[in-house]
Amino acid sequence: MTIARRKFDAVIVGAGGGGMRAALQLSEAGLKVAVLSKVFPTRSHTVAAQGGIAAALGNVTEDNWHWHMYDTVKGSDYLGDQDAIEFMCRQAGEVVYELEHYGMPFDRLENGKIYQRPFGGQSQNFGGAQATRSCAVADRTGHAMLHTLYQRNVRANTQFFVEWMALDLIRDEQGDVLGVSALDIETGEVMILQARATLFATGGAARIFSASTNAFINTGDGLAMTARAGVPLQDMEFWQFHPTGVYGAGILISEAVRGEGGYLLNKDGERFMERYAPHAKDLASRDVVSRAMTTEIKEGRGCGRDADHLLLKLDHLGADVIKARLPGIREIAIKFAHADPIREPIPVVPTAHYMMGGIPTNFHGQVVAPYKTGPEEVVQGFYAVGECACVSVHGANRLGTNSLLDILVFGRAAGNQIIEDLKRNSHHKHLPGDAADKALARLARLDSQKDGENVSQVGDMLRKTMQAHCGVFRFADLLKQGVDKISEVAQRARNTEIRDKSRVFNTARVEALELDNLAEVAVATMISARARTESRGAHARDDFPYRDDDKWLKHTLYFSEDRRLDYKPVRLKPLTVESFPPKARIY
Amino acid sequence: MKFSIYRFDPDKDEKPYMQDYEIALEPADRMLLDALIRIKTVDDSLSLRRSCREGVCGSDAMNINGRNGLACITPLKGLKEPVELRPLPGLPVIRDLIVDMTQFFKQYHSIKPYLINEDPPPETERLQSPEERAELDGLYECILCACCSTACPSFWWNPDKYVGPAGLLQAYRFLADSRDQATAERLDYLEDPYRLFRCHSIMNCTDVCPKGLNPMEAIGRIKTMMTKRTI
Repeated sequence: MTIARRKFDAVIVGAGGGGMRAALQLSEAGLKVAVLSKVFPTRSHTVAAQGGIAAALGNVTEDNWHWHMYDTVKGSDYLGDQDAIEFMCRQAGEVVYELEHYGMPFDRLENGKIYQRPFGGQSQNFGGAQATRSCAVADRTGHAMLHTLYQRNVRANTQFFVEWMALDLIRDEQGDVLGVSALDIETGEVMILQARATLFATGGAARIFSASTNAFINTGDGLAMTARAGVPLQDMEFWQFHPTGVYGAGILISEAVRGEGGYLLNKDGERFMERYAPHAKDLASRDVVSRAMTTEIKEGRGCGRDADHLLLKLDHLGADVIKARLPGIREIAIKFAHADPIREPIPVVPTAHYMMGGIPTNFHGQVVAPYKTGPEEVVQGFYAVGECACVSVHGANRLGTNSLLDILVFGRAAGNQIIEDLKRNSHHKHLPGDAADKALARLARLDSQKDGENVSQVGDMLRKTMQAHCGVFRFADLLKQGVDKISEVAQRARNTEIRDKSRVFNTARVEALELDNLAEVAVATMISARARTESRGAHARDDFPYRDDDKWLKHTLYFSEDRRLDYKPVRLKPLTVESFPPKARIY
Repeated sequence: MKFSIYRFDPDKDEKPYMQDYEIALEPADRMLLDALIRIKTVDDSLSLRRSCREGVCGSDAMNINGRNGLACITPLKGLKEPVELRPLPGLPVIRDLIVDMTQFFKQYHSIKPYLINEDPPPETERLQSPEERAELDGLYECILCACCSTACPSFWWNPDKYVGPAGLLQAYRFLADSRDQATAERLDYLEDPYRLFRCHSIMNCTDVCPKGLNPMEAIGRIKTMMTKRTI
């Protein structure tokens, strides 16, 4: 079968903040770039980010990038790579100002500068007083940012392939990446998009959990394509459970609520975070707050009939502050919790939110993997940024508002790196004859499968397994059973059947392909989590409650082919400043 | 709960038809989108767009009992049965509840939806007072779901010539931005019998906007700006 082929200088998979920031760099440099997205760009999940973008602008309180760096290293529970963290924090101001110049409608202070608000884990003077570092557009920062980046890309004439799903990465015998095979969802046609540079910006995958703040589209497509192509996934045991998802619905309630002065209560009306984090209280790191909440519930101090959630109180902020700074939250609370926060608290529960792990990269956005000479050899032609990538700037726990910063900084950096690399690689490499065979085989299997499994049932089983076996606290026996159970689910996912065989906008087919990808991510997560016998950041083991730097100050690498694990050292040496050595993490 | 849903698959159907569904809801099913996903577990061929399920991505706009809205933030409680679901009116149907939005986005792109400021950017942010920034409230929040434009008869008749309420709301978003320098150029483009002036202020746009925005007011403000510059 011959498949249509198109050639580009660069192909970007994913049109969220990271993909579009990179695309902008390439389009403005005059390169021929194709951006593929399963959804129209402004529907990407960046749109749902609420609270802000971290940058030490110092508009409200004194601040500098070095303090931001310290907070990020500490927040990562020392698993973050300090060269990448320095790189990110140093560039934060610049990328935020750039975004403002693009037209981002930042809220403003009286003096006309960008409005900033406090967020969890932000400090002045290396662990001193609370810093005010998150640059915000009310509680719709992600929405404003995504639209601004799309608008700027319209100006730059970036070519988008809207409602296209990438199926597989194409690598040649040398292991170089030459593009992707992709499905045009509207017509059902498969095409090869050949490129001298392929960038993944496919976002997160927290849809592996039943209770998730993530959009339906967050199915880890980029991670699964990477794993299938023989590149390992890094630190997959580290998933952030956001303290405040709407109870029952999972929808995110921004940490900005606590940044503006809201706080959590248990059934006794106690502000319990004072016990767990006497200094930072409700603005401790997210892993700390989520564990405290889970402990409160476990010990019988949860709220409601089933004592299974907590309350987020913000009415004391007053109607004016809530309407001006948290209007989106109010809208969500009224619609999904039937509670108007001006008068009553919002029922909340820790909810799967963000994947710290992902495709291993360096701080130039180049994908790195062990090959012949070391653990971090560049995979030629392959780049990744944003939530799907693991640079690693977030280590074992991400700080709030560092994710929007991450996608801006590394989207731009990867764009610049691609521009440099393409100057050297001026020709497309020869495409192997079997470039799209595996993807076509998966599609053919779906078309012909009889008596197979139901996609939504297997999906439910997958999510329930992850939720029960790999949640906020992790237990040895549950993880052990979890590995078996999730392996079985992954096996069933290979045997799914869809009844819809139409070529035209076949969403059943898309969901079946997404399930393959979710299964890949879920297995990687469970196996990586079971192996790490310590507690660090978001990975909290009941049987190993402490961090163990002697044994575990290292990154996990998971190889899909034989489900093997390997490890590589954390990069403790920053670019120019002194290293922050691991120490006890107290908030 | 009973539903009657517009179905059309060009791969096999000669023409569209309405299909009835009756499903048992679970306690967790609160919004229309929850019910549609439940239907899809029984009939995987029912096709619709959806993503964020919280009303910010703008994917799942559709015509619900005769009125445009987002399925994910439309409570099931209070919907008249059978709930009649159709694709957004006025745009070509690709399949079932999925419409071809090319024309809608073409109009959005036509108004140059980006900040135009030719001054060299300063080292830090351009300053903007809180009052100037407040001018953008009620404008920048648009999610491009197309509920408004596809509720507008003027857009139905002239989707290639009339910008439509969504595009005009964004045109005003940039006209209202103290940092933008292209006011004259933007107004010149809109000074046309169709692009702007096909709006007859019937308010359907404002009436259906799921984000509570007011395109009609923005259109009125553009018209005022135009009048002011001629006198």
